[in-house]
Amino acid sequence: MAAMTDIKPGFHDPVLDSQAVFRAVLDAMARPGRLHRVSHLKDVPAPLAPATAAVCLALVDQDTPLWLAPDMRSQGAETFLRFHCGCPLVDDRSTAAFAIVSGGKLPGLDGFAIGDDAYPETSTTVIVQTEGLATGEGLVLRGPGIEATHRLAVLGLRSGVWREWADNGPLFPCGVDLILVDDQTLAALPRTTTVTEQEA
Amino acid sequence: MADVIDHPSRAAATPPDTRAATGYNFAYLDEQTKRMIRRAILKGVAIPGYQVPFGSREMPLPYGWGTGGIQVTAAVIGPDDTLKVIDQGADDTTNAVNIRSFFAKTAGVATTERTTEASVIQTRHRIPETPLTEDQILVYQVPIPEPLRWLEPREAETRKMHALEEYGAMHVSLYEDIARYGRIIKSYNYPVKVNDRYVMAPSPIPKFDNPKMDRMPALQLFGAGREKRIYAVPPYTKVKSLDFEDHPFTVESWEQSCALCGAGDSYLDEVVTDDKGGKMFVCSDSDYCEQRRDAGHQGDGGDSNYATRNEIPENETSSGDDR
Ligand SMILES: [Zn+2]
Repeated sequence: MAAMTDIKPGFHDPVLDSQAVFRAVLDAMARPGRLHRVSHLKDVPAPLAPATAAVCLALVDQDTPLWLAPDMRSQGAETFLRFHCGCPLVDDRSTAAFAIVSGGKLPGLDGFAIGDDAYPETSTTVIVQTEGLATGEGLVLRGPGIEATHRLAVLGLRSGVWREWADNGPLFPCGVDLILVDDQTLAALPRTTTVTEQEA
Repeated sequence: MADVIDHPSRAAATPPDTRAATGYNFAYLDEQTKRMIRRAILKGVAIPGYQVPFGSREMPLPYGWGTGGIQVTAAVIGPDDTLKVIDQGADDTTNAVNIRSFFAKTAGVATTERTTEASVIQTRHRIPETPLTEDQILVYQVPIPEPLRWLEPREAETRKMHALEEYGAMHVSLYEDIARYGRIIKSYNYPVKVNDRYVMAPSPIPKFDNPKMDRMPALQLFGAGREKRIYAVPPYTKVKSLDFEDHPFTVESWEQSCALCGAGDSYLDEVVTDDKGGKMFVCSDSDYCEQRRDAGHQGDGGDSNYATRNEIPENETSSGDDR
């Protein structure tokens, strides 16, 4: 059990910071691939990124089981999440409402909860920590929330992720949603977004 | 010791200045409720047109004031927002005024009657005439979120129909109108299909407003308090009013323009002007009408023969209160 002083602080203003982070995630989910900066937490326990921690403090609580990928587990991170979010940490990612993973070791997307046709919202929102996000280059995104196309470069993902993403779309209305994180920046890909690699 | 931290529950109970003056939670709702509603909103955005169940909370407002829309607004709004509230197109009805002052008091937000100045617009029964932008969120108050409810009263059945995309009964019912009346008589809450998948109730807006939902740059959120449902249409998403090849969807039109501002493109309300039965047609969207008049546009004052609407709406709007 970590001593109280080992736990990194949460939001300075839990009410207003939660609202601001939620709005960033909402706009990210409504306009896939757009980058949003959430700088409300600066000092967070490794290996969590500041934006990952901020999203968790804004949205995760005792009603939302959280799964940490093996390479995302640390005593500091687990204590921080349990303390600030009060969430159960689960061992089986197919039962998680939220998951935190690294892009380099992202487990197969098909192992998360995808919901069912009657209740497709009972799926996992996967927070993916990347090594870089940039707009105007990279992947070509299409779908609801995007006027025509949007470009998003995502660095540090293991190979095969976008092939699995292509299998996620046809599951609609089921499927996972992704929140992509790079330090204090985030973007989102809801299940409706189609991704094309290497388009001229 | 810089790292001393409050327990989250204690920190949340310590009101910053904006709340200290009022004694309310920010935007009234407690943080756990807001998180739950926020998660439902995000799922709604990810699954366009699908009704996400959520745990509705009692609100300190009478039924009929749109508690579903208010809960969505309360979960979304922040101190940087500017809120506009309309009821049947007007900013100055008791309903709209009360909701506006509720959020001014509990969230300290700025309010406006100008569509172009608002970042969040809560609406009952209209979409503003002024085109909305990417920087805006439109929150609809919804009385009955289930578009199939009038065909099938059982929730388990309608849920199955949505899951299986089984919308044949809806089409049959609409086509029965055509067989009987020569047209589809539903003129409010006219069902739409979102992103080619879910049939959705647009709330009791006139079907005149349906085309505005299609590929709208603003995010559209829908809250139904009594039935505890939230749904959404992301920006630039296809919203198609249900119709048939031989009977395409049409909207209401008027032979005349607004008596006050001369607008020929807005939804008109008939108003009685004197006790001798004098009538004129004016914009239902009071801000739109005022902006046009401020810009120098003028109507005929209702002097000429008053306009007649080409389609008579069925009388369902007055019973469409949210609970
Ligand atoms: Zn007018």
